[in-house]
Amino acid sequence: MKHHNDTSSISLETPDESRRRILLAFGAISMAAIPGIGSAKSLPGVNTTGMAITDTEVTVGQLHSATGTMAISETGSIQAEQLAIDQINAMGGILGRKIKVIKEDGASDWPTFAEKSKKLLISDKCAAVFGCWTSASRKAVLPVFERENGLLYYPTFYEGLEQSKNVIYTGQEATQQILFSLDWAKTEKKAKSFFLIGSDYIWPRTSMKIARKHIEDFQKGKVVGEEYYPLGSTNFGSLMNKIKLQKPDCILAAVVGGSNVAFYKALKAAGIVGSKQLLVTLSVTEDEMTGVGGANFEGFYSSMKYFQSLENDNNKKFVAAFKEKYGPNSVIGDVTQAAYLGPWLWKAAVERAQSFDVDKVVAASPGIELTTAPEGYVKVHKNHHLWSKSRIAIGMPDATFKVVAESPELIEPNPFPKGYQ
Amino acid sequence: MSFDDLLNIVIMQGFAGLSLFAVLLLMGLGLAIIFGQMGVINLAHGEFMTIGAYTVYLGSTLAEFISPNWVNTYFPFAIVAAFLIAFFAGWLVEWGLIRHLYQRPLDTLLATWGLSLGLQQAFRTFIGPKEVSPTLPDWIMGSWAPSEGLDIPINGMFVLALTLFVTGAVLLALHRSRWGLRVRSTVSNRAMANAVGINTQRTDRLTFSIGCGIAGVAGAAFTTIGSTGPTSGSLYIVDAFLVVTFGGAASLLGTVVSAFGIAQTQSITEFFLSGSMAKMITLSVVVLVLMLRPQGLFASKIRR
Repeated sequence: MKHHNDTSSISLETPDESRRRILLAFGAISMAAIPGIGSAKSLPGVNTTGMAITDTEVTVGQLHSATGTMAISETGSIQAEQLAIDQINAMGGILGRKIKVIKEDGASDWPTFAEKSKKLLISDKCAAVFGCWTSASRKAVLPVFERENGLLYYPTFYEGLEQSKNVIYTGQEATQQILFSLDWAKTEKKAKSFFLIGSDYIWPRTSMKIARKHIEDFQKGKVVGEEYYPLGSTNFGSLMNKIKLQKPDCILAAVVGGSNVAFYKALKAAGIVGSKQLLVTLSVTEDEMTGVGGANFEGFYSSMKYFQSLENDNNKKFVAAFKEKYGPNSVIGDVTQAAYLGPWLWKAAVERAQSFDVDKVVAASPGIELTTAPEGYVKVHKNHHLWSKSRIAIGMPDATFKVVAESPELIEPNPFPKGYQ
Repeated sequence: MSFDDLLNIVIMQGFAGLSLFAVLLLMGLGLAIIFGQMGVINLAHGEFMTIGAYTVYLGSTLAEFISPNWVNTYFPFAIVAAFLIAFFAGWLVEWGLIRHLYQRPLDTLLATWGLSLGLQQAFRTFIGPKEVSPTLPDWIMGSWAPSEGLDIPINGMFVLALTLFVTGAVLLALHRSRWGLRVRSTVSNRAMANAVGINTQRTDRLTFSIGCGIAGVAGAAFTTIGSTGPTSGSLYIVDAFLVVTFGGAASLLGTVVSAFGIAQTQSITEFFLSGSMAKMITLSVVVLVLMLRPQGLFASKIRR
């Protein structure tokens, strides 16, 4: 319990309730009158719940998989969060305090995520945690965060149907990502029949359920096939023939992980290529492209809120800083950018609340705006998701993306869409 | 939907089944040799495939580094290199680990599982956690389209041809070479083979290494289908064991027939049902058959 030594200089940090109430009753002015304590940093209320915060330092946690099968995806998030924290520290930190990071490895194992989140909240007393990637890991830590009243910034685009006081979701929820791309396929590409393909777990299945409702009930289109393959499956031969049999106007794909590479190689080997077939995917970012290869994805479309090639000043600065820190060959995908937003959103909320207390930060969060986000302007909704734009980009032969469509307005997050369940 | 279209799809579906058959057979072949002929349960089989796959990745990186012209020609050499490297790794493992455990089959299970975990972590630490795919030559990508609407995957044909070649070579070696004779006599009666002057230790080492080498070739071939990561091997190992157990442990012919049966069941049910459902039905059929014939499809007729 190292932080107890660190905090001994501030009387406000004692967990002793009655003593705290007396101190608060004296108020800020009387506090400021006592020499040695009365710096601006020691405003009362900065930390009333005994978190690991000193006059010069605030401790946060980072909880991702650095090892195991998810390391391929989560490495980018770890890097982006570290970059944001370094930049915030270079600007002088938050409320005059430098951010200290405790990194924990969830090791792609959901019970480990739960264990490590307990450690970060209970024994490290982190003021905020940036972490998780898969929905399974988020579901595993959620009860811990709610019981211990922690604060989690979660970066991945996900299936929605969740909202917690203790989580800020910086990625898109399913409707933000899917509805725009389906409408785009219908109006721009005249697609009427859709073939839905996903890996067999919660995110693709929920996303496809929303997609099917939207296609059938709102677009009056047709779903000609809906297929799920086990995670890690590399055998797509029969699927290719089913696609050829149905001849859909548009394929909507949410295949993840190692299967992704096999899926696009199989499409190419079956002669289903971008010049002949419209395909929109919800699961290929720049990170996946390095494995899939530009030649296999050329001409297909990806639906995300962020692409590395976005042309705006915020993004140019972000990409330059990222490449300077992690090498010229590093790539930035959608989730990496969303992870980068986490520390900045937290900083803005803390500064508005003038406190690190989770309850106050949460209360201050809705309405927080970020004009410096690489994806452009974003705003926190009262349902803890972000207002953000949606974009469609086409895959280029050199494994980059070119944005071809962008939602004109910020799309309101709607984690519990009516009529879609 | 015209008759021609339907015919094309039937042809392509037939080929999809064949290419899955090739994949499963190539996966199971190395294991069948080691498990069937030596009785060693090699749980690190998948990692030897990963070694082969990484060899191709290394080859492609080297080829790109030396000259772009090499990218179109390196692949066959990389497959040979994959065999040699996996063969050598198998040799080392047999010498360092397996030969001490021949009398304890359950301990080989544990030891090779440990080895597989160790290898996975080594890949992760020294090569990286990200999945990689080598730059493949153009001639192996895309499809061969003899007529409109008919696309035969070239990578599928390549894997099929390679599998037929390797299987043919193994069968020939097993039944026509001195090594094959020694292996077969060791399998049928180890003590007697020893007594007539066969160096069974050396036979075992060579057999194990060849099995691992073939796993390396399989891994190299699969880079044309999917990507390679530290844990890729664990994706293959279940299917590989399925093929070998279903076919009957001591029979290579059984492995061939079993790979064909599983591939066709899987591929046909997959066409009419969904992917996860097809896997379930295939596994149920395998379980049913194994309940009726615990020895697998082709039990060897030797006295034990």
